[in-house]
Amino acid sequence: MSESEMKQAKKVTFRGGGFITQRKRGVGVVVFVLLILLAEWGTRSGVISALTLPRPSDVAATFGELYASGLLFKHLIPSLTRLVIGASMGAVIGISVGVLIGLFSLARAGLVPLVAAIFPIPKIALLPLFVIWFGIDEASKYALIAFGTFTPTVVAAYAAVDNVDRSLIRMGQSFGLGWWSIVSKIVLPGAMPGILSGLRVSLTIAIILLVAAEMLGAEYGIGAYILEAGSLYDLERLFAGVVILSLLGVAVSSAIAALERRVLRWRV
Amino acid sequence: MDLRLDNISHHYGETEVLRDISLEIPSGQIVCLVGPSGCGKSTLLRLIGGLEEPGGGQVLQLGDAPEDCLNPLTYIFQDFALLPWRTVRGNIALALEDHRMGAAARDDIIADVLARTKLSEFADALPKQLSGGMKQRVAIARALAVRPAVMLMDEPLSALDSQTRELLMDDLVGLWTRQPFTAVYVTHNLAEAVRLGHKIVVLSRRPGQIREVVTLDTPLTDRAYGDAALEEQQQYLWGLMREEAAAADAELIHV
Repeated sequence: MSESEMKQAKKVTFRGGGFITQRKRGVGVVVFVLLILLAEWGTRSGVISALTLPRPSDVAATFGELYASGLLFKHLIPSLTRLVIGASMGAVIGISVGVLIGLFSLARAGLVPLVAAIFPIPKIALLPLFVIWFGIDEASKYALIAFGTFTPTVVAAYAAVDNVDRSLIRMGQSFGLGWWSIVSKIVLPGAMPGILSGLRVSLTIAIILLVAAEMLGAEYGIGAYILEAGSLYDLERLFAGVVILSLLGVAVSSAIAALERRVLRWRV
Repeated sequence: MDLRLDNISHHYGETEVLRDISLEIPSGQIVCLVGPSGCGKSTLLRLIGGLEEPGGGQVLQLGDAPEDCLNPLTYIFQDFALLPWRTVRGNIALALEDHRMGAAARDDIIADVLARTKLSEFADALPKQLSGGMKQRVAIARALAVRPAVMLMDEPLSALDSQTRELLMDDLVGLWTRQPFTAVYVTHNLAEAVRLGHKIVVLSRRPGQIREVVTLDTPLTDRAYGDAALEEQQQYLWGLMREEAAAADAELIHV
């Protein structure tokens, strides 16, 4: 018997696990369901008083009434219109200005400090100003949402342009491509991942500002609905409104995820 | 169309990278630039193709490029520089889209270069689906599509493993044999230089100067992998470069 066979054989232990993000389906839903069940149980058993938290089943019932009465769409449609118009104005202007900053040193030198100056202003604080500028009607609401969407989009867009692989731009120049070809075929597609992840943030901010804008002088809209419920301490209706906002957030996020899957299929 | 480098010198800030480089690049030949790392060979290539401006001296084009030539000085890059969001066909089309030509003419060119680089089956694949060797073949196809007068190749095989490198060298020899092209081929790999170069220019370490120009007369097709005569040439080149490379390696980098 050789010496090596005499020695005891021990299995090498595996130590390379963890630190990898894996896709787990349905866990998010389970967390929601558990929290709702906990609230339902708490309010039914009296551990949580009715003043602290409305019963989830009551919120659902209120939501059902809202839908049955047709008021849901009466509130939802103006809100969605404001969101779509305001956010797309902000996003389009934001992406354009961001790309300009990314492309031109002069624009960068002039506009980056300006963007840095307006970024930290709580846009809600400017609402009275917008009312004076654009009137109490829809225009001031569009302006507020657009302004709030604009700043994070600009920052994301110029960072995304900065991150475009310079060697690809060099390649374009070496083949004698024109300036516009380089921008439209190399810079913009290369900046797309960064722009889309910036939109995720700025569209969420748009939803927050939508509610803020509607709390000031709107007859219909989710914000107006929540404000009314809040001033009456009608927690069921308040929560029904909040649920709509959350659903809106989830919808926006999954819409962008779907867009990313389509547009960024080339990504490794 | 020939190229002539006339007393090229170049600085990056305080650092002198190239000094007094004069060189003829005759048409129909592959000129290899070899030298220790940091000797400015890639910089020289960027100067030749007009991607950077030389600090001193000039790059001259002698004679006109052929009529059908779309982009006289065309690069092939070490990192392939393919657009990841375009298919193989789209990447080749990119080089043609800024030139006036009908869709049919463009499709013909693309089909032709795909066939010459044996990529016809992969026309609709995205770069992420391709191996390194295939990506570089796409880049070669894209360069061929614009019918360059001079190909400027910047370490084109350095990002590939050694087997793939051998295969691609055979491909390049095949392409050259069927239709001789002019090329400046930058490499740090002496085996590539002796396989592909008609003329091998050895640069010294920084600041890069021409140490010696070695001319190889063996036809490209007669140079095979592991050939004894090539091995000897390679030994000779390594003898020229060895001390320079060691000294360059020991230098501190001031960036």
